[in-house]
Amino acid sequence: MWTWFHKLASPPHFYRTAALLSPWFAVPGLALIAWGTWQGLFVVPMDYQQGDAFRIIYVHVPSAYLSLMAYMIMATGGAIGLIWRMKLSHAVAAAAAPIGAAFTFLALATGSIWGRPMWGTWWEWGDPRMMSELILLFLYFGYMALRAAIDDTAKADKASAVLAIVGVVNVVIVHFSVEWWSSLHQGQTVFKRGTMDADMKTALLIMILGFTLLFGSMLLRRIRTEVLYRERRTRWVRDMILSPKGGG
Amino acid sequence: MDGLAMGGYGAYVWSCFGLTLLIIVFSEWRARIRHKRVYRDIEVRLKALEERE
Amino acid sequence: MKPRQQRMLAIGLAALGIAIAAGLTLRALEDNMMFFVEVSDVVAGNHPSERNFRIGGLVVGGSVQREEGSLDVSFEVTDTACTMPVVYSGVLPDLFREGQGVVAHGRIGDDGVFVADKILAKHDENYMAPEVAESLSKHQKDIQAAVARGTEGCNPNDS
Repeated sequence: MWTWFHKLASPPHFYRTAALLSPWFAVPGLALIAWGTWQGLFVVPMDYQQGDAFRIIYVHVPSAYLSLMAYMIMATGGAIGLIWRMKLSHAVAAAAAPIGAAFTFLALATGSIWGRPMWGTWWEWGDPRMMSELILLFLYFGYMALRAAIDDTAKADKASAVLAIVGVVNVVIVHFSVEWWSSLHQGQTVFKRGTMDADMKTALLIMILGFTLLFGSMLLRRIRTEVLYRERRTRWVRDMILSPKGGG
Repeated sequence: MDGLAMGGYGAYVWSCFGLTLLIIVFSEWRARIRHKRVYRDIEVRLKALEERE
Repeated sequence: MKPRQQRMLAIGLAALGIAIAAGLTLRALEDNMMFFVEVSDVVAGNHPSERNFRIGGLVVGGSVQREEGSLDVSFEVTDTACTMPVVYSGVLPDLFREGQGVVAHGRIGDDGVFVADKILAKHDENYMAPEVAESLSKHQKDIQAAVARGTEGCNPNDS
């Protein structure tokens, strides 16, 4: 088990394995998303209150879920990097940030577009769920800006890891905001007390799984870039790039 | 065509799905560009080193 | 202690400290973090007296009255314990209907009527097909019954 782990964590091995692994996430992920989108848009019944506008849930909830999951991967990667001095885990954290920011933006944007016809507002300042998700976006931006501002990779890793760990408080707030305080946003449906038609729920779970797999493949490819950059002065990168076989 | 109208909410529903596709494609495009740039930079540096030797 | 364990301890303590600080801050901010106030709290006087604020509740069945030829509308909002009259002039969101959750932004007039300048609709965490919506849980039926008849004995004018 540990030899396998150490082997995977070795940069050259990871660089090759990630390239092979990535399609195994992307292809099933895209297939599930295609099926879930078809189901969500055209097959499952419309909602008794919201009509067809409810179908936005099929991109909103997976995006919101990934916005939190990406952050936890980023913070965990930073923490493992700080404690065990594992370089690969810092690379994972750095790679997760831009993808997490993209899904956080999507969660905010689709939520806003959904809120206009249903709630009667694009955005409400002061709503705990909306504000905490917006702060999440700023945390991602702050994390990326901090990394970009520090030239020394090792220092950037440490400083940004601390920021990521502190920001976990906000992830907890996003998650519980609709339970701790009154909010325009409704409570949780999928893993909590809310109810949902079986077909609606199956399609949503399929979408969440599909998005997660796609995220996995996006993350793997970004980690590869991070590893390549960090290892740019090593022997194996030199051999790989200068050898006639090369490889991207 | 009724399916596309989404009971009058078509503009909202389709813009959400379209935006999601757009952002994911954009993110992947940026990732690819960055990978190529990192690779190219290393290649240029290594080639320059090799010629000097 | 090994250096690794020291780092682990340092990060653990820092995380704990941040969590406690965040918890205390949130406690202090609790009222400000509330997006709206329940009708019962308003009746009990637990609401900002000067500035505008938001109340939240369900629209009482049969209470919605629209003025012909204008956007003026009046209705009652309940949290199933207390009820409060609301007046509003403007466009209502698509989801606004009797029995539906609403959030009204505005202030309380001297007559105890809430004068809203903005109405938002709130929906619950349940999603179902129109034909399935008939079969609701006992709890939801109780709420609906309270919404349908309004509430008695708890009126902002009394307190």
